[in-house]
Amino acid sequence: MPVSPMRARPKPASPGAIARALEARAAWRLVGPTAALMLVLLVLPTLAVLALSLTDAELGVPEINFLGLDAYADLLTDRTFRGALRNTALYVAMVAPASVLLGLGLALLIEAEVAGRAFFRSVYFLPVVSLVVAMASVWQYLMHPSIGPINLVLRLAGFAGVNWLGSSDNVLLALAVIGVWQALGFNMVLFLAGLTAIDRTLYAAAEMDGVRSAWDRFRIVTWPMLGPTTLFVITISVINAVKAFETVATLTQGGPAKASETLLWVIYQEGFVYLHVGSASAMAVVFIALCLFVLVIQTRVLDKQVHYG
Amino acid sequence: MMRALRLVVLAAGAVLVLFPFLFMISTSLKPQAEVFSAGLSMIPTHWSGWENYTKAFTRIPMGRILLNGLIVCAAIVAFQIVFALPAAYALAKLRFRGRELLFGIVLLGLLVPIHAISIPLYAAARTLGLLNTLAVLIVPFTLSVFAIFLFRQFIKAIPDDLILAARSDGLSEAAIVWRIILPNAWPAASAFAIFSVVAHWNDLYWPLIAISKTQLATPPLGLLFFRAAEAGDDYGALMAATVVITAPLVLFFLFAQRLFIEGMTMTGLKG
Repeated sequence: MPVSPMRARPKPASPGAIARALEARAAWRLVGPTAALMLVLLVLPTLAVLALSLTDAELGVPEINFLGLDAYADLLTDRTFRGALRNTALYVAMVAPASVLLGLGLALLIEAEVAGRAFFRSVYFLPVVSLVVAMASVWQYLMHPSIGPINLVLRLAGFAGVNWLGSSDNVLLALAVIGVWQALGFNMVLFLAGLTAIDRTLYAAAEMDGVRSAWDRFRIVTWPMLGPTTLFVITISVINAVKAFETVATLTQGGPAKASETLLWVIYQEGFVYLHVGSASAMAVVFIALCLFVLVIQTRVLDKQVHYG
Repeated sequence: MMRALRLVVLAAGAVLVLFPFLFMISTSLKPQAEVFSAGLSMIPTHWSGWENYTKAFTRIPMGRILLNGLIVCAAIVAFQIVFALPAAYALAKLRFRGRELLFGIVLLGLLVPIHAISIPLYAAARTLGLLNTLAVLIVPFTLSVFAIFLFRQFIKAIPDDLILAARSDGLSEAAIVWRIILPNAWPAASAFAIFSVVAHWNDLYWPLIAISKTQLATPPLGLLFFRAAEAGDDYGALMAATVVITAPLVLFFLFAQRLFIEGMTMTGLKG
């Protein structure tokens, strides 16, 4: 009778090893469902976008050709896409600085003022919690060329009325006004949080050193100490502005004459209206890359010590 | 002097910011003719509020649309927390193989906006026959890597002794998550909930892609349908619809201002 090979007996595990194995098993029971979800809703779709971006896939068309990096080269010569990049850049260049500076200004004013602090904070925050699509409709009425209150006021003041949303020269500016109005309050509360975190004794110390004027206090204490918050608010504002979509979809549909086509709007059109899944994916990859680029810059600046305190 | 100037600036700014809200309400009460007679008067000479608001509720199934928004937002927040909290706890406090990889995916996931991966998600939903269902509005958002990240930061600060004590009392790890971690991470959870509701109540991109039936529209999409159904410029009715659709979140905000502002600040700064 052949001797069965001795069953490998596990080495008597140390209590520590058992505890670790139990801990790992318990951990996986907790993260398992989430990890599965992550795979299905995040990892696989991201890989799919990367793969599709290299093809000329169209929804409903069985034939797919592999284009490789040519897909991206095509994108660079695509006039619609270049226009969208340009429009998005212009929009960001208007909305981000304005909403950051105004948010900072408001935060400083509110912080310095004792009366009505909560009231002002809530008033300026109100647009943040208001439905963008709804408020865009209100702005459309306010900016109406003939019956809109904004032009009425302009005319009363002796200026000519402006064709806000209907002219390709002004449409981005008009959308930017709405964007700033919407983003202002959020930046303000972020700055307020940053301001409250500044150590009061720094102001006392500065005063001892002969810093008297409000401007010097701001320049010497507030601004440097607010560095990380400012950087943060700039990053968020830029990324949110890059994602401009709601006002475009509601008010202009990218027009007139493509003048308000933003990046997300052309991705939406390309992918879900024309069903050009391949090129829409390539655009989406560029979109991710842009968001990533902003974050990389943020990290770089952060590494260079924005915090002088 | 400085103070007077400051108050004047703040008050003037407040009026400018509130201007659209005031005009929205005032126009929603005016008859069509008065809207077009182009005056700056905020108070209607003839009141057409009843007419305008009736249109807002009858041209589109307004009640249903608000309910859709409520169901979708509530379900999304609930799922996000149910999935994120245990994972965040494990990532923060337990040692296991694959932890670094998982956390790496979370960090990478923070960089990928939903807009960018909507194409494969749409294709999958279409294949599974999920388009034009409430489920398709909820499922893609059940996972929030941002929630996992936020909760992990918060849970890391909870003392280990608390968890060890619970463990020696015989609580399972799952029980620890819901009975010890959740109450202690409540500020983070409520902050995240507010952030999530504001984001999803507002979201137009995904509903626009996945839903084409008015019955299943969320508030932003519903308003687009209303605008499409509205021939010409019936601004009175349109403003009535915007008032109705904006009101729920604004009222919620006015009743819980501190919670909102602190919640948005916390999620803003951590995001």
